Amino acid sequence: MENFAFQGLIGLSLAMYLWLISAGLTIIFGVLKVVNFAHGSLFMVGAYLAYTFYGQLGLPFGLAVLLSLLGTGALGFVMERGFLRRIYQVDEAYQLLLTFGFILILDDAVKIIWGGVFKIPPIPAFLDGSWPVLGRAFPVYNAFVIAVGLLVAVLLWVMFDRTWWGRIVRATASDREMANAIGINVPWVFSAVFAFGAMLAALGGAIGIPVRVVAPGIGATMIIQAFIITVIGGLGNLKGAFISSLIVGVLSAYGTLFFPVFELFFIFVIMAVVLLVRPQGLFAR
Amino acid sequence: MTVRDAHPSPPPLSRAERGVTSRAAILVAILVFALFLLPWVAGKYPVYLAMQILILAVFSVGFNLLFGYTGLLSFGQAGFFAVGAYGCAKILLAVPNLLLGIAGGVVAAGVAAFLLGILSVRHTRIYFSMLTLAFGMMIFSIAWKWRDYTGGDDGLVGIPRAPLEIPGLLSISVAAMDRYYYVVLVLSLLAIAAMHRLVHSPLGLTLQAVRDSETRAQFAGVPVRKYRLVAFTIAGLYAGLAGALLPPLENTVTPPIAHWTMSAEPVLATLMGGIHSFAGPIVGSLLFFVIKDVAMRFTEYWLIVFGVIVVAMVMRFPNGVMSFFEHRQRPAPIPGTVRTEGEGGKSART
Repeated sequence: MENFAFQGLIGLSLAMYLWLISAGLTIIFGVLKVVNFAHGSLFMVGAYLAYTFYGQLGLPFGLAVLLSLLGTGALGFVMERGFLRRIYQVDEAYQLLLTFGFILILDDAVKIIWGGVFKIPPIPAFLDGSWPVLGRAFPVYNAFVIAVGLLVAVLLWVMFDRTWWGRIVRATASDREMANAIGINVPWVFSAVFAFGAMLAALGGAIGIPVRVVAPGIGATMIIQAFIITVIGGLGNLKGAFISSLIVGVLSAYGTLFFPVFELFFIFVIMAVVLLVRPQGLFAR
Repeated sequence: MTVRDAHPSPPPLSRAERGVTSRAAILVAILVFALFLLPWVAGKYPVYLAMQILILAVFSVGFNLLFGYTGLLSFGQAGFFAVGAYGCAKILLAVPNLLLGIAGGVVAAGVAAFLLGILSVRHTRIYFSMLTLAFGMMIFSIAWKWRDYTGGDDGLVGIPRAPLEIPGLLSISVAAMDRYYYVVLVLSLLAIAAMHRLVHSPLGLTLQAVRDSETRAQFAGVPVRKYRLVAFTIAGLYAGLAGALLPPLENTVTPPIAHWTMSAEPVLATLMGGIHSFAGPIVGSLLFFVIKDVAMRFTEYWLIVFGVIVVAMVMRFPNGVMSFFEHRQRPAPIPGTVRTEGEGGKSART
């Protein structure tokens, strides 16, 4: 029984990680109606930037994460301003293909800049070690991920539901022409939201560096996980993404415990079933 | 309304168009002739490269029936490619008969595409793309995890380049690369020729009508979903054929051929060549391998070259290389431009 509860806690930290990597994807889709295939690559760039600031330049971990967010946000801004913006009027298939082009560019750019070998920076002292929980050792790092995930959830909720900025973004998401008509600078909202989504991707990548290897190609795995979460929660539905992260995170923690071989397969089955039965997501209002 | 009425008949060609057509026919004849001569004039490597190009061309031509002609962007075609490859490999490991292996792979992929197609064509646009991505990755996870049957991440090895055999009638060894080249060449040309007929047949024109306006096609009595399923199944058969040609060439199959990043190859080839031209995916496949080959001589980072090309294509030349050769500029319809009702996208919100 204690084993069961402990595995649930591990699942919770996995869930919060999934939440961090999918939140930005779903926000970008909700507002811009663009499926950003390159979200995984932005995650990877975030991880590498954090690695440079923290592992190579020796800056404090927190500062390194912050700088990585700013850098990746700027990259997202350029992607939207310089490229995506010009093809909003054409079919969404081309927007998908454009973001796919970015994957190829960013994946190789990372190899050129940082080389193809794996990087494993040391774990920061304050995240090292473990706490005794339920008679077993629970890593401090996992608790940290849970805390960051919950913090981001609260911040996003406050931002979108309680602030003037949030209202503007929501207005643009629900009807961009009307938003434009009442004087909202829609192009700027788009750029800001895309940059913000990129920063969220980078946050997932950056705080992951002490435990996950930093390597080219980590984006391709991550984007699939983010897709699964966003689809189950409903494309563009932030609350849905949070709930589905919890479900998938906890389920796969138990999944690896009870039926490790077909865990991956079942998650895709769930994704397909949701798309077929409730394409608007399980948690659409 | 009878079924006949549902099929628009092709408009008669003008004299100028006939001229273009016959010139194109001569060009194609020369090209095919050159392909048959290739093993005599070129070394092993160009022959190997030509096989890769032909396989990708078959894969992409099938993909473009779905994308360019029917307006559905699939991100799961690698799944059917893998079903074809693994199916062929399993058969060849048990029964060394090349035709049986290839036919088995194609049939397996066709059945998989038909079954998953029934589900996939319930959606269009982004939901279709996501659904095919999920199905493709399901196949990937089977190939990767079901170690007893698929060999897991090691894949299947030691697949023989079995003889071309009809028991009691003939048996030709194709173990030499040059000989196997002719198998790939003939099957690819047949598949491409069949597709050419198909897209110019009433079926092909109906698919284009569905792409351009689902609503109008429905009013004309076209069972839209059924036609999409037909396109999906045929695309799956082509992916399966392309996949089935691979294991005898490489003697091995591994799970990465089922991964979604592999699904991107026909997408890239088709986009480079041009989605609104029949020859687009074929020209694109040639470009894909030529650019890859040249880029790899200078840098190991050849994917970045493709990335830049994709971005440039999408931004500047969404109709691909073939748009430079087309005499008549069509007001290119973009797949899926027509918004369809009843999609989940409307109710999704932030």
